[in-house]
Amino acid sequence: MAFMMIGERINGMFKDIGEAVAKFDPKPIQDWAVKQTQAGAAYLDLNVGPTAADRKKSMEWMAKIISEVSDVPIALDSTNYDAIEAALQVIGKPGALINSCPNERAKIERVFPMAAKYGAGIVALTMDKSGIPLNADARVAHAMELVAAADEFGVPTDSLFIDPLILPCNVAQAHAPEVLEALRQIKTLCDPAPHTTLGLSNVSQNTIDRSLVNRTYVVMAICAGLDSAIIDVNDETMVESIATADMLLNHAIYCDSYVKVFRQR
Amino acid sequence: MPVEIYKDKFTGKVLEVILGATKEQGGTRAYTVKLGGSSTLPFLYYEGELPNRPVIAMEVWDIKPQWSSSFEPYYGDVWNDPVAWAKKAEEYGADVVYLKLMGADPELENSRSAADCAKLVKDVLAATGAPLMVEGPGFPEKDNDVLQAVAEAAAGENIALGAAEKDNYRGIAAAAMMGRHCIIGRSPLDINILKQLNIMITEMGVPINKVLNDPITSGLGYGIEYSFSVMERARWGALIGDKMMALPVVCLAGPEAWRGKEANAANADAGPGWGDEKDRGIIWEAMTAAALLQAGGDLLLMRHPEAAKLVRKQIEELAVPNKY
Repeated sequence: MAFMMIGERINGMFKDIGEAVAKFDPKPIQDWAVKQTQAGAAYLDLNVGPTAADRKKSMEWMAKIISEVSDVPIALDSTNYDAIEAALQVIGKPGALINSCPNERAKIERVFPMAAKYGAGIVALTMDKSGIPLNADARVAHAMELVAAADEFGVPTDSLFIDPLILPCNVAQAHAPEVLEALRQIKTLCDPAPHTTLGLSNVSQNTIDRSLVNRTYVVMAICAGLDSAIIDVNDETMVESIATADMLLNHAIYCDSYVKVFRQR
Repeated sequence: MPVEIYKDKFTGKVLEVILGATKEQGGTRAYTVKLGGSSTLPFLYYEGELPNRPVIAMEVWDIKPQWSSSFEPYYGDVWNDPVAWAKKAEEYGADVVYLKLMGADPELENSRSAADCAKLVKDVLAATGAPLMVEGPGFPEKDNDVLQAVAEAAAGENIALGAAEKDNYRGIAAAAMMGRHCIIGRSPLDINILKQLNIMITEMGVPINKVLNDPITSGLGYGIEYSFSVMERARWGALIGDKMMALPVVCLAGPEAWRGKEANAANADAGPGWGDEKDRGIIWEAMTAAALLQAGGDLLLMRHPEAAKLVRKQIEELAVPNKY
């Protein structure tokens, strides 16, 4: 299974997107949808950001205008599940991703049946109300409960994208190897195994060379079992590194144009 | 205790490629054939979709070949008449006619010109109803000339042109595009080149669903196990989602099998236990084809009508849904 890149750029945290969301100006959002699609994104993350006046309305509108210019499925990134459900209705076809749901019973009961109903995948976080655990075993214990929840609510395990949650290396360096170990174990939890994912850019917050940290960690993580990540798909060097890691793990047959092929999906 | 059958679940599938065009589709073929479409390994009907059975193409040359005497009773009267030969191949049950323009070899004394080749292709099309594949003589420059003329002459018929290779694909790809034909990409038992060639051909603008792959399959006893591995690896790549590997595979079973000395040797030269020369080559070819079917061949090029008959029977027996 080839590595899936989730394009992170349509997020109201970015100034251009934030302004576009506030003014209901489709152009910057659609431009990024096209640009990330061409770069090989398997999903387009959609996050309305902190400035939206009405998150539900903004999310519906963004899902609609993104769908107009790209066939790539959308990862609906919000803690407002009503907004996500409204957007799922707008999208009107299976394959979208609900981003995200922690290992908390009330949220699982809201999100998992919704995923089953709309044929959506779920980014499931290995954390609960007490926060993100440090060690791998605790992360895997959360993952196991999330896999059990998928089974309970009729969500296929390969629609589950378990995110063992990476933290910035300059404040929580000890997490990086624990996440790698968690990835290894999550892949052995069930058959078919759940997908794994990370909000990769988090690892490099406030470091001096973010792209270097990102691309080094992503290659390490792919080797441990990471098969998707929310990333900057327009970071050429990183995408080249991912394509090469994918090829060297024998997930894709080598040919001289393998990087180019990786971007065409 | 019920036995649970293990089933692989794949995310990809082989693309469907259509050969030929009927009158409604702008051609004159009596029917079309569909190749590929599989979403699992060969004949595992319980595991995935196998919408199209493997197809048999039969080999026709435009000059008299130096073949074993065992072909004489079948084609002896048509060696010098490729149009009659093609009709005969149809009578012997060819789903597809595969015309090899060996007479266009530039090193021959009376090398057939591109214009003559084009005319011959038109005549074959007029006399037959089966979809057609045309292979040039295997000399890059001549192949380009010949296949461009053929592509033009056969416009609308959706024939397959071959063989495009890594160092000689542009002219043939251009010809295929111009005539909206299919193209056969040939790679020397090398999966990396096979993939790269598919990329280069499609980057020229040939639609991906017009590309067939010939990975050059060896004959029985001459490295067929290596061919098997390459084909299996390519099919596996297709099934796990590699679109550039997901193309129907053409296997030159007949020509390769008949290159082996075991297929041709007269009884006087045969080793112990080789069996009678009358049947030996036929069985050699059929066994070669049988192995290539299991490896995932979508179109088998057969040479001997009796071998083709045996393979057809085997396809019919294997292509039976076996849902558990």
